[in-house]
Amino acid sequence: MKADATLDCVGLYCPMPIHQTANKLKELKTGQVLEVLASDEGIKADAPAWCKATGNEFVGMEEKGGEIKVYIKKTK
Amino acid sequence: MAEKMTLIVFSGDMDKALAAFNLAIGGASIGMEVSMFFTFWGLNVIKKNEGPLKSKGIMRKMLNFLNRGGAKRLGLSKFHMFGMGKWMFGKLMKEAKSPSPQELMTIAHQAGVKFIACTNSMGTMGIGKDAFVPEVDTYGGVATYLADAKDGRINLFI
Repeated sequence: MKADATLDCVGLYCPMPIHQTANKLKELKTGQVLEVLASDEGIKADAPAWCKATGNEFVGMEEKGGEIKVYIKKTK
Repeated sequence: MAEKMTLIVFSGDMDKALAAFNLAIGGASIGMEVSMFFTFWGLNVIKKNEGPLKSKGIMRKMLNFLNRGGAKRLGLSKFHMFGMGKWMFGKLMKEAKSPSPQELMTIAHQAGVKFIACTNSMGTMGIGKDAFVPEVDTYGGVATYLADAKDGRINLFI
């Protein structure tokens, strides 16, 4: 999946990935997509939940060998 | 206007402080206006990690000698084992790159979480504002908390 920016949260546990996602998304423009790399399983539930709570769009998720990639589109 | 979240931090246990800061940072990350009201043993979380506190009277002196506080000195609510459990937990957290209570406090503060210290507990225990970290925004009482909690979507007691 194509993204406008990438955030590396590999090795970080809750709440750091969503905290950093929130900060990083502030730097993006509306309509741009952020790719978040993570290793904590929690991100699979947290990323869609964070999007639902903030009104941003959860685009999708990929998983390869323990590394999880989630894609969030800034809509707010 | 942003939705509000309030946390009463009554406990001075390290594990509970971690939970409280995690919730606060999470709340801030979804755009909520978060305030943490530290009271009773919870005041230990926001005390400076410094030497003995100045207070008057033998009982308060004794209390503040035994109850020095500071985010670094918080004990575990379970398996503390005179500090051994806490030491091991600290090692595990470092290994997992999990932030310490002090680090979480800084992150929460930077994320805009407001810290309130309970003046009633401070008075009873005989400690002044100089005992606390500079991140404390307000020194107040129950009305300060309730004014926030009244409009709070999430209000928790820890």
